[in-house]
Amino acid sequence: MQRHSTILFVILSLLLVILFVLDLLIGSVHIPLRDILGALFGGDVDAATRLIVLDIRLIKAVVAVLAGIALSVSGLQMQTLFRNPLAGPYVLGISSGASLGVAIFILGMPLLGVATNSTLSSIGTAGAAWLGAALILAFVASVSTRIKDIMVILILGMMISSGVSAVVQILQYLSNEEALKSFVIWTMGSLGDVTSSQLMLLLPAVLIGLVVSVAVIKPLNLLLLGEQYARTMGLNVRRSRYLIFLSTTLLAGTVTAFCGPIGFVGLAIPHIARMLFCNADHCVLLPATALCGAVVLLGCDIISKWLTLPINTVTALLGIPVVIWVVVRNKSIV
Amino acid sequence: MIQLQNISLGYNSQHLLLDNVSTTFTCGTTTALIGRNGTGKSTLLRAIIGSKPLKHGTILINGTDIQQITPQQLAQQVAFVTTERIRISNLACRDVVALGRAPYTNWIGRMQAEDEAIVMQSLEKVGMASYAFRTMDKMSDGECQRVMIARALAQQTPIILLDEPTSFLDMPNRYDLCRLLADLAHQENKCIIFSTHELDIAQSLCDTIALIDSPTMHHLPTQKMIRSGHIDKLFKVSL
Repeated sequence: MQRHSTILFVILSLLLVILFVLDLLIGSVHIPLRDILGALFGGDVDAATRLIVLDIRLIKAVVAVLAGIALSVSGLQMQTLFRNPLAGPYVLGISSGASLGVAIFILGMPLLGVATNSTLSSIGTAGAAWLGAALILAFVASVSTRIKDIMVILILGMMISSGVSAVVQILQYLSNEEALKSFVIWTMGSLGDVTSSQLMLLLPAVLIGLVVSVAVIKPLNLLLLGEQYARTMGLNVRRSRYLIFLSTTLLAGTVTAFCGPIGFVGLAIPHIARMLFCNADHCVLLPATALCGAVVLLGCDIISKWLTLPINTVTALLGIPVVIWVVVRNKSIV
Repeated sequence: MIQLQNISLGYNSQHLLLDNVSTTFTCGTTTALIGRNGTGKSTLLRAIIGSKPLKHGTILINGTDIQQITPQQLAQQVAFVTTERIRISNLACRDVVALGRAPYTNWIGRMQAEDEAIVMQSLEKVGMASYAFRTMDKMSDGECQRVMIARALAQQTPIILLDEPTSFLDMPNRYDLCRLLADLAHQENKCIIFSTHELDIAQSLCDTIALIDSPTMHHLPTQKMIRSGHIDKLFKVSL
């Protein structure tokens, strides 16, 4: 069992390195591998090539890795916490909260006659998305302190999501064509809009989220048996819930703010990791899910660049078969 | 040892399931908790593990009020087996039982050699050692119930509570399971309480019977309980 896991970790790590390099190679401009390595390791290459490799392709590849890890790990946490194979990072309303923030920013401000070059616009799409996501999650978390049954929180999150989506639709309905188009493009997701200064926000947020997720490995293992059993085995259920919510907000909330809602990764990757590693222990499953997430999102980015498609359509088309397989096989995962 | 001191339990103060009940459950005995549906058997068990607040009174576990100790300390005193059917694919029986070591392991749940040994001993005690590396999604209800009891044993608590442990089992399995519980109580000097609707099993295999006749509870040694007529009065069926 342990050997099986070690071999898989080695194979996935190698795959990660190969796909990372491949992701740097592919783009609208052809750059040979030698120049890419030169740009990365301070070799002799021209300024334009260095700019493309370091400021565009490298950042995008790093964002793909971070987003893959963040969405998959938060998806795993939600599936275990809610004991539901169809839970994902967005069940608590993170993506609808983010889309509300962006909708108000892109669609609402022109409607209200607020000029786009005012001080409000300086917070940017990402800032608006983050605020929206954090606001909705704070609301769900504050209500959840009074609710004992975790299933009620799941339904609550889904209902709030639907309610917020309705508000977003009202804004869409009232908006002009131009604003509507830029909003729709945001909803398609993009790994390439992150600047190097934004990466300096994304990276620490994801790292802190991951540290918290490691701290909740033992609670997650106990929660496999449900909250009632976890409590009788000494788990402080309320504190664990908060830590898991915090981790998911930092991971999925931040990625959604900078990259838009990227669907199906958080839902499908934990199932792929379970299938590959045949293990429900989060000591193995959490790093396995993170690694699979990074590999798959790099792969999706390569496909999306190659076929010039939005990243969200690629993840959906690859993720949906996995979800269908999970439903058809209908094995109890938690 | 569990001491109930003047406890009252219920959903609201008009309708109390138990009112001003006091009794003591000692180590080395199995107690069957019987009563009609909805009279508070599960609620009483949940009160003892601290997940159902009392309206009045105190519950002492080995002399300490359960309100005064942390969940982790309580988990070293009381283990609980619920009615919930647990089926986790990709999790071997050994790993399920290992979760019972949670009150003793470090922040990430690392198992020491001693913990591993306790897990295997627990599986042996319930006769499931050969299932250590099998997963529960391919096992029968009786086998799963035994694994969940092994998990409670791995918790190494003086008290084990079980909520209707026989409900999914056939007749031979019901007797086997209750005999196992009686043996554990006597050999390991544990205080075992389980709720059940099996009056004949309760009368033949348990040391004491606690009968809830809401809002009171009668707790007597089995033979005394049979002679007292409480059981016949509560469960009489007019045909």
